[in-house]
Amino acid sequence: MSQDIYRRTPSGQHPPNLSPDYKSTGLRSPRQAPIALPQSLSEITGPLLMGERLDALENDLTQQRSTAPMGERIVVHGRVLDENGKAVPNAMVEIWQCNAAGRYHHPGDQHDAPLDPNFYGGGRSRADADGHYQFITIKPGAYPWKNHHNAWRPAHIHFSLFGPAFATRLITQMYFPDDPLLAYDPIYNSVPAGARKRLQSTFDMASTKPEWALAYKFDIVLRGRDATPMEN
Amino acid sequence: MTHALTPSQTIGPFYFGTIVKAYRADLAPLGVAGERIELAVTLHDAEGVIVPDGLIEIWQANSHGRYNHPEDRRNLPLDSGFDGYGRASTDTSGTAHFGTVKPGRVPWPAGGMQAPHVNLSVFARGVLNRLATRLYFESDPANAEDPVLKMLPADRRATLMAKRNGSAWHLPVHLGGAKETVFFDI
Repeated sequence: MSQDIYRRTPSGQHPPNLSPDYKSTGLRSPRQAPIALPQSLSEITGPLLMGERLDALENDLTQQRSTAPMGERIVVHGRVLDENGKAVPNAMVEIWQCNAAGRYHHPGDQHDAPLDPNFYGGGRSRADADGHYQFITIKPGAYPWKNHHNAWRPAHIHFSLFGPAFATRLITQMYFPDDPLLAYDPIYNSVPAGARKRLQSTFDMASTKPEWALAYKFDIVLRGRDATPMEN
Repeated sequence: MTHALTPSQTIGPFYFGTIVKAYRADLAPLGVAGERIELAVTLHDAEGVIVPDGLIEIWQANSHGRYNHPEDRRNLPLDSGFDGYGRASTDTSGTAHFGTVKPGRVPWPAGGMQAPHVNLSVFARGVLNRLATRLYFESDPANAEDPVLKMLPADRRATLMAKRNGSAWHLPVHLGGAKETVFFDI
């Protein structure tokens, strides 16, 4: 008999693919149940990206141009862990976000808010041996997105993680604590009620940099290996 | 289990920031062993309309059937310069293009070998969870004994079969509708 290496995800953790309040899911969500696949080498291996060389300032989004961007400078940091609480060492963490005015450096973003020539909005950080990553960035703005009348996205930073295997790939969004727009956001609220607060970072007074920047902490938990022993 | 999973969210329409540096559409520089192929993956919504703001990632073994990963401990060659990972956005025709080599066969946990395949992750605006699927090569004799293909209803197997056009292999991926692609719970 084969045995799963990575624990199967129970329901109630991730959003359903079809979340009608988020209109774009209507035509972009599979309706047939996914086929449960035993985990083979194809699933338990995955890109570790150890060959990617990160520039020294890739995790500092405020220093990618010669002049500092507009907005409130913040530290965003945390640990990449698995479900067993074990650090995911050397994990690649990618982020992207809009600028302080709520506009992405992207040709598809036509929101009537200024672009900031000093803010590109993308960064990468490789977690250390203890799974810790850190970014310096500016606090992203809220922006309207036409999903419904007067729809506004709460301020958020997109996160992309690989973890140790194809099975552990995750793309998500980090929000800010107690943002009043969260209550109205169909993307945030697509996550089951018991799980969605995990997407809120916490204000982290201990990690603020006095006279320089406030700090937010966002730990990310990826799928973990099943602890069941192979043999009795 | 002590820690609760971080929930998934959509990639959204504005994925750009890190992709420029990390964009990898050509996986196999000259000198990498194997049959050189192109992959073209076209993304469609449930009405068949192309999805021009998607992102496709691929993960595959090398031509010897070896994954570049510490979990693959078999005594098979690794190719320097080939790690098996690629990422490309869909273009205005809904297609993500990759240049790579045809993967070799990898084992199945319960015994036997899988047919050559490429593992795909699909992301897009409106897609709240990473969708995992596979690309197989139509008419490969190994397909007949592939344990994953055998698990599928016959009428849905075709949704994973890339068709050949010269050195290029094309696979339409349908997020829904009558031609909905088989996605896997891994």
